[in-house]
Amino acid sequence: MEQNITQIIRRYGNDKARLLDMLIDLQEELGFIGTQAVELLADTLHMSHADINQTLSFYHFFSTEPRGKFTIYLNDSVVAHMFGRETIRKALEKEVGVSFGQVTADGLIGLFSTACIGMSDQEPAAIINNKVFTKLTPYRVKELVRHIRDGRPIEELATESYGDGKNPHPLLQSLVSSNIRRKGMVLSDEYDYGSVLSTKLPKMTPEKLIAEVKHSHIRGRGGAGFPTGFKWEFCRRAKGEKHYVICNADEGEPGTFKDRIILTEKPELVFEGMAIAGYAIGGDEGILYLRYEYRYMREYLEDVLQKMRKRHLLGKNIAGIEGFDFDIRIQFGAGAYVCGEESALIESMEGKRGEPRDKPPFPVERGYLNQPTIVNNVETFATIVRIVENGGEWFTQFGTEDSTGTKILSISGDCLFPGIYEVNWGFTIADMLDMVGAYEVQAVQVGGPSGTLIGPDEFYRTLGYSDLSTGGSIIIFGRQRNLLKDVVLNFMNFFIDESCGSCSTCRIMPLMMRDKLVKLLDGNGVAQDLDELQQWGTVLLASRCGLGQTAGNPVISSLKNFRYLYEELLQKDVEFDQGFDLQAAVQESCDYVGRVPVFSHH
Amino acid sequence: MDNQIIFTIDGKECRAAAGTYIVEAARQNGVFIPTLCNMPGITPKGACRICTVRINGRLMTSCTTPVIAGMEIENNSPEIRELRKSIIELLFVSGNHFCPACEKSGDCELQALAYLFQMMVPRFPYQFPVKEIDASAPLIVKDQNRCILCKRCIRTIKDEQGRSYFAFESRGNKLEVVLDKEMAKTMIAETAELAMKNCPVGSILVKEKGFYQPIGTRKFDQQPIGSEISTH
Amino acid sequence: MSKQIIATTSLAGCFGCHMSLLDIDERILQLIELVEFNKSPVNDIKTFTKQVDIGIIEGGCCNSENVAVLKDFRKHCNLLVSVGECAIMGGLPAMRNGIPIGECLHEAYIGGITVQQNHEHIIPNDEELPMLLDKVYPCHEIVKIDYFLPGCPPRADLIWNALYALITNTPMDIPYEVIKFD
Repeated sequence: MEQNITQIIRRYGNDKARLLDMLIDLQEELGFIGTQAVELLADTLHMSHADINQTLSFYHFFSTEPRGKFTIYLNDSVVAHMFGRETIRKALEKEVGVSFGQVTADGLIGLFSTACIGMSDQEPAAIINNKVFTKLTPYRVKELVRHIRDGRPIEELATESYGDGKNPHPLLQSLVSSNIRRKGMVLSDEYDYGSVLSTKLPKMTPEKLIAEVKHSHIRGRGGAGFPTGFKWEFCRRAKGEKHYVICNADEGEPGTFKDRIILTEKPELVFEGMAIAGYAIGGDEGILYLRYEYRYMREYLEDVLQKMRKRHLLGKNIAGIEGFDFDIRIQFGAGAYVCGEESALIESMEGKRGEPRDKPPFPVERGYLNQPTIVNNVETFATIVRIVENGGEWFTQFGTEDSTGTKILSISGDCLFPGIYEVNWGFTIADMLDMVGAYEVQAVQVGGPSGTLIGPDEFYRTLGYSDLSTGGSIIIFGRQRNLLKDVVLNFMNFFIDESCGSCSTCRIMPLMMRDKLVKLLDGNGVAQDLDELQQWGTVLLASRCGLGQTAGNPVISSLKNFRYLYEELLQKDVEFDQGFDLQAAVQESCDYVGRVPVFSHH
Repeated sequence: MDNQIIFTIDGKECRAAAGTYIVEAARQNGVFIPTLCNMPGITPKGACRICTVRINGRLMTSCTTPVIAGMEIENNSPEIRELRKSIIELLFVSGNHFCPACEKSGDCELQALAYLFQMMVPRFPYQFPVKEIDASAPLIVKDQNRCILCKRCIRTIKDEQGRSYFAFESRGNKLEVVLDKEMAKTMIAETAELAMKNCPVGSILVKEKGFYQPIGTRKFDQQPIGSEISTH
Repeated sequence: MSKQIIATTSLAGCFGCHMSLLDIDERILQLIELVEFNKSPVNDIKTFTKQVDIGIIEGGCCNSENVAVLKDFRKHCNLLVSVGECAIMGGLPAMRNGIPIGECLHEAYIGGITVQQNHEHIIPNDEELPMLLDKVYPCHEIVKIDYFLPGCPPRADLIWNALYALITNTPMDIPYEVIKFD
């Protein structure tokens, strides 16, 4: 064991900035990261045990105890629940014989919950030893557990029918479907990979390239919407020993899965976009930060990179441009939604906890390893290629004045055709619902839990940075759904689980709001609770990052647009109620002394 | 002093060297901005959010934001005061702060801020979280009930190799600051004293050193926190 | 002006707050001019005989009797004031919060080092005894409390200033040094 551990540490040059990679390999190869591993890491990297542990304990997919030879991570997202997650949970517990959070006595199978794994168009889904199993049914659960007990390897459990598109690729062999339902400029098949790099760039200076990107008015596709051209310009101007291009593929916003499809179907486009960005900012290295949930794409993406190197689209003197040296490596995350925030992502890449940094300085000045860095979304890089190919002016004819181009939407929930839709910005919600076959709609969550929940009276609104902004997550809720209990509560629990804990506001306030929501759902609500929820939510705006600032949005947004649902929960003619239940409060002590609670004498 | 710039705090004209963090620039101009996680001389962290001010409509932490010329800072508005009070109350209910039984009472910055903001009772329900007291180290006790996760110890208490004695563990509302068990064994008395001093609350205590200063004569018993900077 | 009527009680507290009330020294004579005491350990009146203006609560709620008394106070008092850390946040009794009640009882009656002569390992469970709550509750988490006076105990000056302001319906003077949590 000691040898294995040392080997893994050496694999990354004993470099503590690569601690995350070491921990991932340790977890995968040893099944857990125990005391011995922590000690060896600490000694080799000249860090304290507690220091190693502070990174280790931050990420959801690391554990200090074995999690089973087969580790089953069942998705816990809202959409998973809408499509029978509870039934699957019960089936798993019954078949495996242990509860969630536990491992069988023989160490064979462990059951764990995990936040949205980017499969909302094919829920319920689970990850078993990095393989994704979608559209689970109780029968399939029975079969899977039986096969695991029979000693079949994981590859054999996933052979019956691969998904569509590139999913059957020998290096993917994935059961996941891409479900592309509508193509635009990014998902279109008309582009000839590498042509921008090899024919356009040699005729363009980096300044001209940035000017073209600025002219297109493209804004970041991850959700925040910062103008990409300006970001690149700032970074190009910033002084540093090295410049880095990072592709943010940590898509963790529940309900989003478009980056999975782009990386499955169009990885060449993304990598080409990164190389173009490298050219623009004078970049030395590109890094794809890929969420661990998409670990199954690793070999496939490595292969794509290898092929691009062979075609001289990556490496030294790319496309014959003297001094244009740029290559890309893949960095995996390890389960933390907050790492989708660019500075948290950078911290994570440096082997640390994924805690957002204070700004200023911004990453374009001091990013990865304190060097000028741009972080852009998968979709942004893919879109850039088409912009450079056809010109910024061409791009502005798509979409609206303030939101140019197309947007790739991940649409899930109560509709006939969940999947990926690439539409021009400016699309109305009403048109979108008609497009995906969503009828009897009660509400739509635009932009994931951190976004907005809207009802039918707002379906006239349009998708765009100035109206309904979204990184791509659209979840549709039909009339039959209990919005507060099934949706808002799930979202609040998600934010509680995913807070990094650094800011006092985001560490504590979502808990207060969740508890108050539970109080209302338990029938103990009074009118004052609604005022308090509203007021409490504003405190979160003082948090450092976007996650914290929006962590109250599920409640705030639903309170604004669905206030009647809250009012229906209030007790009539009761002014004060803190939810104290005397019967419940004395139960524990009465049980202990063997006494039946009697209240008559009071 | 030719790189002095002019800015305002609540309309009052102030001067400071460009690039000074707002909290420090304010101090130089006799304006107290309350802080908990901040300590002069170390890299700011922006963890407690109590020093939040409003600049150009945006909420920013004044411990991490450098002042620039012409900046208009809103520090003492009813909104900002209420926000700070809310944060102090959140910190109270999220831990187990039994002031009457705490060695740091009277010297505690969290408590002092609660006095300053006249917190009679937190508006949030008490959580009474189950927390551990780690007394395994030879010289100090780390009481998780009182920790407010300001990272001051993590940032300042280091050995000669630059390694921190303290580190974060876990995340979100399970987040804790833990003491490295191995390093704790060789911690010297001066370091232990410094750790206790740098802790704004009573989470790090030096063993066998209780109540050497009587209640009533402690730092914040008579004078509000920040009195040395400005009168409230 | 007719005298205001005051009631007081100590729930899960140590009577320290009542002692602090007596610490107002000679002002107690002034107080007597202003108020009349109803149910209170000060005069040993055990039950409410009329509706009361101000109820003063010391201590939090650790058992079913505390809850009953507190609710009784809410019913009979126009205003309730939580006085002291125990009423406000549970205080020292709440240091048991988070420890399973079985462990507390075992420690108190069977396993604790000060336990003597309980050879039959009896934990009292007579019907007449109040039932322990799962944790010690701050009073305002059970009934509506109108005012809070922190301290352990609250300084006599704080109690006096607050009572005087309430009784005479005048603004309250709060010097910095009277609000303390210890």
